[in-house]
Amino acid sequence: MHPNEKKPSGSVPTANILASKQKEISITEFFEKNKQILGFDSKSKSLLMGVKEAVDNALDACEEADILPDIFVKVEKLEDEEYRMIIEDNGPGIVRKMMPNVFGRLLYGSRFHALRQSRGQQGIGISATIMFGNISTGKPAHVQSKIEGEDSVAWGMDIVIDTKSNRPIVSNEAAFSWENKDSGTRIEYFTRGRYISGKQSIFEYLKNTAIVNPHAKITFVDPDGKTFVFERATDTLPVKSKEIKPHPEGLEIGDLQKMSQATHQKSVRAFLINDFSRVTARIADEIFKITGIKPEKKPSNLTRDECKDIVNAIADVKIMAPQTDCLSPIGDTLIKKGLMHVLDGMRPEYYAPPVTRAPKAVNGNPFTVEVGIVYGGDIPSEGQVTVLRFANRVPLLYQAGACAITKAISDVDWRRYGLEQRGGKGIPFGPAIILVHVASTKVFFTSEGKEAIADLSEITEEIGLALRLCGRNLKSHLRKRERREHTRAKFEIVQIILPELAKRSADFLNKPVPNLDLTISKIMNVIWIEPSVDSKKKKFRKITYTVFNYTRNERSFRMHAQLPKEAVNLTLFSEAHFVEMTEDGKAAWDIKDLPPAASTTISFELTGDMADVFSPDDVYISGINPVIVMGADPLPGDWGIKGIEVTEIESEEDLIEEEEEEEEIQEVLEDD
Amino acid sequence: MTDRHEDAVKNLRKLVDSVYNQMSAGEIPVMELSTRSKKNIEFDPKKSVWVYGDMKTQRTAKTVTGATMMLRTACTVQFIEGMVKTNKSSTLREMYYISEGWGHGKFSSQDESNLLAEDLEIMSGCMREDFKLRPEEDGARVMGDFTLSEMTKKGERKKINCLDDVGESGYGVPYNVEKDNVQFHGGNAKFVVAVETGGMFDRLVENGFCEEQNALLVHLKGQPARSTRRFIKRLNEEMSMPIVVFTDGDPWSFRIYASVAYGAIKTAHISDYLATPTAQFVGITASDILNYDLPTDSLSDKDVSALNSELSDPRFRDEFWISEIQAMLNMKKKSEQQALAKYGLDFVTDTYLPEKLTNMGIL
Repeated sequence: MHPNEKKPSGSVPTANILASKQKEISITEFFEKNKQILGFDSKSKSLLMGVKEAVDNALDACEEADILPDIFVKVEKLEDEEYRMIIEDNGPGIVRKMMPNVFGRLLYGSRFHALRQSRGQQGIGISATIMFGNISTGKPAHVQSKIEGEDSVAWGMDIVIDTKSNRPIVSNEAAFSWENKDSGTRIEYFTRGRYISGKQSIFEYLKNTAIVNPHAKITFVDPDGKTFVFERATDTLPVKSKEIKPHPEGLEIGDLQKMSQATHQKSVRAFLINDFSRVTARIADEIFKITGIKPEKKPSNLTRDECKDIVNAIADVKIMAPQTDCLSPIGDTLIKKGLMHVLDGMRPEYYAPPVTRAPKAVNGNPFTVEVGIVYGGDIPSEGQVTVLRFANRVPLLYQAGACAITKAISDVDWRRYGLEQRGGKGIPFGPAIILVHVASTKVFFTSEGKEAIADLSEITEEIGLALRLCGRNLKSHLRKRERREHTRAKFEIVQIILPELAKRSADFLNKPVPNLDLTISKIMNVIWIEPSVDSKKKKFRKITYTVFNYTRNERSFRMHAQLPKEAVNLTLFSEAHFVEMTEDGKAAWDIKDLPPAASTTISFELTGDMADVFSPDDVYISGINPVIVMGADPLPGDWGIKGIEVTEIESEEDLIEEEEEEEEIQEVLEDD
Repeated sequence: MTDRHEDAVKNLRKLVDSVYNQMSAGEIPVMELSTRSKKNIEFDPKKSVWVYGDMKTQRTAKTVTGATMMLRTACTVQFIEGMVKTNKSSTLREMYYISEGWGHGKFSSQDESNLLAEDLEIMSGCMREDFKLRPEEDGARVMGDFTLSEMTKKGERKKINCLDDVGESGYGVPYNVEKDNVQFHGGNAKFVVAVETGGMFDRLVENGFCEEQNALLVHLKGQPARSTRRFIKRLNEEMSMPIVVFTDGDPWSFRIYASVAYGAIKTAHISDYLATPTAQFVGITASDILNYDLPTDSLSDKDVSALNSELSDPRFRDEFWISEIQAMLNMKKKSEQQALAKYGLDFVTDTYLPEKLTNMGIL
């Protein structure tokens, strides 16, 4: 029975007795008794949940107000298990009269009815945090806020939640002047809990938040007084998500009934067309044709059966997929930037180009999936890979086992992408970090604690596809590396071992030292392009490519790379081989008539924020048979750039070389 | 410098010359040699030993391993020529240390220098002993009424009786057991017992088995050195002495017998020079463990896989060995020679060996 449903009094005595005991239970009271639903079920989790709710809100508010977030979090240990928690932001602030409701009333918020991507959704979070603090310590929370504008007075107040009435009790309300603050909100509350470090810690949560919010600066002071700062990696704000009307697909009958009662529209026709997204006049007419409902009927007069008919009809009518500007994916560049910024201490060997999938819809809610993989370097190679789960830019730290992301990762056969995995199932092993971000107007979670994404087949499949795409990038890197190592070994042969062999045998036989050029070019038979990076200063990198001609002919070709345009300087344009750079940063260099057994270099500098986004291995060539080039790939067809055409007709010798190369590759396979 | 050594240097020089010529011609140098694995050994019915088959492995300078092997070959050949010229010899271990000065031709472990020495034997058709390379460990101990003569350091030939002229430790087999160094004269000893362990060797000596049964005892010291196997082979061929091999009863001891009788896989290129096809296995067999009710140990996982590997080894593919190996796998037990002491110290010389040797027609 619903808690606040009252039984009508009747003549049956038992029911009367029962009725006298039945009373309204406030939502607050209900949640107090069921705090695990909100995620306050363990001592360490309680501390984290408060920070999580406050930081999520702060990031949402800043985004809405076009402010680059600057967030401060402090956890102070008082006695035994009591902590003072402080979370401060530079968001737009909250007007004075709304403060008690925002912080002191459950289910109060602006987003519950909106259909767009945001971090907080139900409005339960921050007030639940404050309520939990009230209950566990008996102390009120202190909140203060300042809004931008001429009226530069800030307001502060103590808040306690009356759990029976779900109403805030405010005390010590006072205005004050908040120095050096344009706008923002500060929450200070006392709570019981336990501070932990490791995988499910506040530190980990903030670190992961920084990865997917590279536009935010986050400062954290832990109970030992140690300060950690996650600096802002970019000044670019995420694209703001737009609010959209509900998409009719996946609509429940009850939702439709509620909306039909609340609408201002005069007719069902207008109601369908104006209150839903993607319902055109033609679609509305089709629905009327199927259901037989009169278009001019008042929406509030729709019966339950009619609503049911409409819902059924919607399933039969072809409706366009929901528009996607209600989503704000992080984007491949910023995922990479965020990962690099936070994980650079581990000096990863490779950041696989992140994948952002085109949006899809589930139950009328658009969603998109993004995946990034980081590999190698100091990332521990024993044990399972680290999985970073995110929903709408919020890190998910608990209930990994129940989450669709975990399931999707386990379902991929990672052995095909270069990671170890027992039997091709489960979380793979190896030196990798896998990031998965699901963004949606409504993320379906397994529970109110918002810790695990529900395993809906549409979402899990989409995650799987993104993982495979990104996995392919990883595999191609590993293959390239393997091939490079193979060639590097040949370098050792031709540069060190063979010359020694030639000298020794000549010595021994009393003969002249033979000229090895021909033998060497037969063994190598490649153009070898080797990048090196000099990055002594911060935000500065000097990239140098050394190009060796280890073939028997003179060689000419063009080299291409996509550079971060804002990071290049004069050194690029003044370089002798430089040809051109397009609007979007695609640069080209020409190598002309490089003689056999000779080498040349191409070098340039990158400076500024984006200097580290370029990975020197991503270099391409045109105007030469790619089979004989090591260290660069053929120019991709979708580059929109014409490489130099191969004008010369392949000489017979070139063809022979190609065959030899194939043989060699086979030999490598046999070696495996 | 003897002819043998000169021949060796000439043949080795050819190897280096071939590599040099390939480089001068602008080719990628290659070297070819027999594949040294279980898959590539076959029975030579004329010589009754196991030798390498037709499978060849090509070493090419296209790979780091191949190129490095060639460089090592050049260095080693130069080193050998130097030794032959100055009438010196070196142990394989010394060569391993000398290779420190060979740049990238340096050996990274002693196994590599041993393997290379054997590779050179295969490619040149000469013997390691001709290269003036000798193994670290010396050959075995020998005890029994048998007279031979050996060259002394002074260059004189000296006669030695392996019972009267030696101490408790017996006669030590030198690394060069060829005729130019060791010559056989004979004695009362009529057959050879090759014994795996030192403990059993000493037991047989102490019990006077040599004198009583006119046996010549040779201590194998585990897997026998090449000189020991060559020494046994010569006793068999030149003095017509029957050979019996007496080892522990476990898979590793079966292999010791196989290398004495059939030839080892590693040295199959010189099997006809080292192996004694008529050598017989006296024990400990799996049947001995049952018949004499000997104390046993359980087979370890390694033992079991060694036995299984022997089942796929062509050298063990005869009725006797298949049934012995199967029997051991079935009982999951192994036993040592010295387990015979269960029935007293004299049991082996009074009962076990006389019984077995009589059955084999030796006594």
